[in-house]
Amino acid sequence: MIKIKDVHKSYGDLKVLDGIDLEVNNGEVVCLVGASGSGKSTLLLCVNALEGIDKGEVLVDEISVHDKNTNQNELRKKLGIVFQQFNTFPHLTALNNVSLALKLVLKMSKKESNDLAEEHLIKVGLKEKLNHYPSELSGGQQQRLAIARALAMSPSYLLLDEITSALDPELVGEVLDTLRMLADEGMTMIVVTHEIPFAREVANRVAFFHEGKIHEIGSPKDLISNPKKIRTKEFLSKIL
Amino acid sequence: MLDYTFQWKVVWKRLPDLFEGAILTLELTILSSIIGLLIASILVIWQKNDNIFLRNFTKTWISIARNTPALLQIYIAYFGLGSFGIHLSSYVAVLGAIAFNNAGYMTEILRGGFSSVSKNQNQAAKGLGLNNFQTYVYVIYPQVLKTVFLPMTNQFIWAMMGTSLGIIIGLQELTGMTTFLQSQTFRPFEFYFIAALIYIFISKSILLSSGFIAKKYLRI
Ligand SMILES: Nc1ncnc2c1ncn2[C@@H]1O[C@H](COP(=O)(O)OP(=O)(O)O)[C@@H](O)[C@H]1O
Ligand SMILES: [Mg+2]
Repeated sequence: MIKIKDVHKSYGDLKVLDGIDLEVNNGEVVCLVGASGSGKSTLLLCVNALEGIDKGEVLVDEISVHDKNTNQNELRKKLGIVFQQFNTFPHLTALNNVSLALKLVLKMSKKESNDLAEEHLIKVGLKEKLNHYPSELSGGQQQRLAIARALAMSPSYLLLDEITSALDPELVGEVLDTLRMLADEGMTMIVVTHEIPFAREVANRVAFFHEGKIHEIGSPKDLISNPKKIRTKEFLSKIL
Repeated sequence: MLDYTFQWKVVWKRLPDLFEGAILTLELTILSSIIGLLIASILVIWQKNDNIFLRNFTKTWISIARNTPALLQIYIAYFGLGSFGIHLSSYVAVLGAIAFNNAGYMTEILRGGFSSVSKNQNQAAKGLGLNNFQTYVYVIYPQVLKTVFLPMTNQFIWAMMGTSLGIIIGLQELTGMTTFLQSQTFRPFEFYFIAALIYIFISKSILLSSGFIAKKYLRI
C-alpha cells in the first residue's frame, strides 16, 4: 500500500505540491488527471524518491521513502516507473535494456536474466525485436520496451507518467491494451493520463490535480461523468 | 632549377633514426593524451562544483589552454617556470605543456558528451534500482563515450602535431630528428618528405582503427 501524507514540495520559489494526501490500496488503479504543470509528474517522482520532499511523508509498505535511513535503491525494486519519453537506454539492445537491472540489482545470472527479459518482451509483443536497438523501434514499441523493463523487476507497484502522450494516435491503443492486461492481473498502479475513456474503464479512482493539490477525487463515474467542482468540469470539458 | 637529383639512399640509411624520432613522437602523444584525459575527467567535474575556487580554477585552465598558442605554453613550461626555480627537461616541458593543452580541449569535449546524455537517463536507471556507481558505469559513461570518441580521436591527432613544437627546445621527436638529419646530410627535401609520410601513416592508422572501433563496437 502507498500512503502519501500531506506532501509539500517546491522548486525554489515555485510551489509544486501543496499538501497532497492519497492512499493507494493494493490491487487498485488510481488515475491522476489535470492540467500540465499541476504537479502530477513531480508526485510520481516523489513516490519513488527520485525527488525529495519538503514536508509530509510517503510510505510504501509502511517504509518511509524519504527517511534518511531508508535504502532507496532497495525500495525502488518495489516501484516500477515508466516515463512519457520512454527513456530506454539507446546504447543497449531491447533484451539488454530489460536484463541490465535484473543482473545489477536483482543479481541474476546472465542466463536467468536473459530468459526473463525475453519472456517479458514476448509478453508485450516484442518477440521479433529482442536484438534491436531503441533507435530501430517505433515509439509504441519503445514504450512497450520501457514497460517490459519495469515489469521484469516484478515490482509491487507501477508508476506510469503519461506513457501514451508522446505516441502517434494509432500507437496509443497497443500500449493501453498492455495496461488493461496489467490491471486485470491485479497490478497496483498510479497512472498519470489524459486518456479519459481509458481512466473511466480501468481506474478504481480518479484524482483531479489543480495547482499542486488534489482538487477532487472519486470513482471514475462520479468524477468524470458527474464532477462536483467547477474547475474539474472546466478541465474535463476542455479535454473531452 | 629542376636539375636537383633525388638521393633516397641516405634517407634509407638513417631510417632507424627517423623511427626513433617517430617513437618519441608517439610516446609523447600517447602520454600527453592519457594525462590530459585524466585531468579533463577531473576538471569536467570541478567545472560544476559548488566550490567557486575549483570552478574558477577550471575556467582559467580551459581559457589559457584554448586561447593561447601551444608554442607559448611550451615556452612557459620550459623557460617561464624557471623563474620559480622549476627547471624542466625539454621532454617533461613538452609532455607537460601538451598534456595541459589536451586537458583544456578534452574537458570541453567531455562536457559536451555529458550534456548530450539527458537527465532522464539518470532517472530511468535510478528508477530501476541501480545505484549511483552502476548508473554511471552502465548507463551514462557508455553514452558519453559514444559522443566523445571521434572528437577525442581528433584531439589525439592534434596532440601529435603539437609535439612537433618540441623541436624549438631541442627535442628530437620526429620533426626535430628530421631537421637534425637533414642538416647533417644536406638532403632536406628527401628527409622532410619521408617524415611527412610517417606522420600521415600514423594519423591514418589512428583514424582508420578508431573508425573501425566506432562502427563495430560503438555503433556510431
Ligand atoms: N526539476 C525541476 N526544476 C524546476 N522546476 C520544475 C522541475 N520539474 C518540474 N518543475 C516545475 O514544476 C511544475 C510541475 O511540474 P510537473 O510535476 O511536471 O507537472 P505535470 O506533470 O502535472 O505537468 C511545473 O511548473 C514545472 O515547470
Ligand atoms: Mg507531467
